[in-house]
Amino acid sequence: MAHGGGGELTRQLLAERIIPRLSNELLNPLMDSAVFDVEPGRLCMTTDGFVVDPLEFPGGDIGRLAVCGTVNDLAVMAADPKVLSLALVLEEGLEIELLDRVIGSIAEAARQAGVVIGTGDTKVVEGRGSGGGMTITTAGVGRLKDGMRLDPGRIVAGDVIIVTGNIAEHGLAVMSARDGLAFETKLLSDVAPLNGLVNRICESGADIKFMRDPTRSGVAGVMADLVEDVGLSIELEEDALPVSAIARHTAELLGLDVLTVANEGKIVVVVSQADADKVVAACRADELGRDGAIIGRFTDAQPGLVELITTAGGRRLVQRPYGEDLPRIC
Amino acid sequence: MSDTQRKIRKLIGQIEAICLESRPICLMEVCGTHTVSLFRSGIKSLLPDSLRLISGPGCPVCVTSQGYINVACELAGRDEVTICTYGDMVRVPGSNGSLEQQSAEGASVVVVYSARDAVAYAVKHPDRQVVFLAVGFETTAPATAAAVMEAKQKKLDNFFVLPGHKLVIPAMQMLLSAGEVAIDGFMCPGHVSVVIGTEAYRPIVEEFGKPCVITGFEPEKLLQGILLLVKQVAEDRAEVENAYDVAVSEKGNPLAWQMIEKVFYPAAAVWRAIGEIPESGLELRDEFKAFDALEHFGIEPGPDEVPPGCLCGEVIQGKATPPECKLFGTKCTPMNPVGPCMVSSEGTCAAWFKYKS
Repeated sequence: MAHGGGGELTRQLLAERIIPRLSNELLNPLMDSAVFDVEPGRLCMTTDGFVVDPLEFPGGDIGRLAVCGTVNDLAVMAADPKVLSLALVLEEGLEIELLDRVIGSIAEAARQAGVVIGTGDTKVVEGRGSGGGMTITTAGVGRLKDGMRLDPGRIVAGDVIIVTGNIAEHGLAVMSARDGLAFETKLLSDVAPLNGLVNRICESGADIKFMRDPTRSGVAGVMADLVEDVGLSIELEEDALPVSAIARHTAELLGLDVLTVANEGKIVVVVSQADADKVVAACRADELGRDGAIIGRFTDAQPGLVELITTAGGRRLVQRPYGEDLPRIC
Repeated sequence: MSDTQRKIRKLIGQIEAICLESRPICLMEVCGTHTVSLFRSGIKSLLPDSLRLISGPGCPVCVTSQGYINVACELAGRDEVTICTYGDMVRVPGSNGSLEQQSAEGASVVVVYSARDAVAYAVKHPDRQVVFLAVGFETTAPATAAAVMEAKQKKLDNFFVLPGHKLVIPAMQMLLSAGEVAIDGFMCPGHVSVVIGTEAYRPIVEEFGKPCVITGFEPEKLLQGILLLVKQVAEDRAEVENAYDVAVSEKGNPLAWQMIEKVFYPAAAVWRAIGEIPESGLELRDEFKAFDALEHFGIEPGPDEVPPGCLCGEVIQGKATPPECKLFGTKCTPMNPVGPCMVSSEGTCAAWFKYKS
């Protein structure tokens, strides 16, 4: 591919390859901005840049990731995602078939999430190294649901931590496809839009205090953030962690801790003990939350630490990972 | 309570009962994976105080000399070179930065999971001089041997290895000969033993009278190994016992050994902060010398300089625990490691910091 400069070639690329696949009434006029009505209420906005190596991995690709990531960042704030923007930076040398597949994934993920790509931009740049890569930036707008009071400041000792399904699958699946690390596995990334699941959780009648999607530094990262913000401690139970056997073995093989591996289709939810069952039931009623489980609780032990009560009955610290976790040698 | 939990409780009870009657016991786990498993499973927090577990020289990254890291960094700095390495190695600081820093500055550093992936990389990138950092114990050496044989068979002229493999038994013998650490028995590495077999530990038992138990990695397996060891110590026996017989046999894996012997011969090797141990490393045989990066690029590893204050050398010999190092947790953290024991996921300092600090 060699579509630099924003001239006729770029226009052709857009007209033939991108616009028709993402078609909707906000995008189709091809004006400089998308125009749409909003219901009265509070709006929520987020943005995220996506880079992933490799661009396609078992269970997804950078396109699906870019839509789901932004949809989920809105959803966990208890907002209903409506419109996304999409900025593509394509490197010269990118295979056109790969671009087609990524655009297809974007369209499919947007359809699944019930959002539209309202506006976008495409640039073609010289590649780094061997070229052929791409990065995607999406931004999203949604309307906050009424009556929600998400605020980690309301968390008290005794509150319960729920995760909506099997953890560590995205990070392990991506690693399995990485150049040089490739290994055969049936593991698929869990990348999925979670606004439907969030709707169920919010409608369960539980008083939700906090939600976050445990992406890059895994469940451990969210736990560490919470302990720092709230000043309480967290006790997790190893036996309660939803982990598929295949993910557990793969993590063991690579010497990684499932708690620090990325997820792209899970939510950590904090509620009072009294509301926990409602949330778990709401989760399990949804295909994307069927393995949801209570994984731990807040305690007032000081200083604030995240501890794991292990299967063996021992205790150990859980910390956020330092940069990217690296597979071990033997 | 689950079945596993019941078994674990029972094993801990048995270990406690023996330790109660016995003098204090000090066991060394030679393998970095054991160190991490003991912490990660929480077992360390369940054992009686009179039973001390110390970590030995079993983390491949931690025993790699600074001189080796410096050579790797020097090669990474060359425009035509791509370094292929196991992930753990990239953050280890050399005298002038780490491979990770060099990569950030534009050097070509690729993380691989096996030596053969490095060969595949060399095949795919004929314009690059690919150097594989061949570190690790008897577990990874057969894979390096296979990769070198494959490179020879494919007549590759752009694939090289930087030899840094280490052998476990000579290091255990050195520790015992030095006599500076009172070790009552060894929890022997499960993966390494798959290759070398239980028989390899015979000299440790016969010459030094120290019990050796080959141990697996699941919590239950770890405890079975520990129980066999404390029993031997309490009964004043010294034998090789196998608590990992699902994977480890008496003779090990002869095929893997043959591969190692075809490509390498045992030679003196420099261990980080310990110095040279005879017959504890692997050098390429003459017919494979063309794949030796040192030879090809004409460089010599420099001296093994240890950063001032770093106790990694003492830690890997069981002479010091991480918190005894003044840098631990302050100047040396996983974010800004000074020594390799804080870098590797298998490193003793990293395990203490992650799970216990």
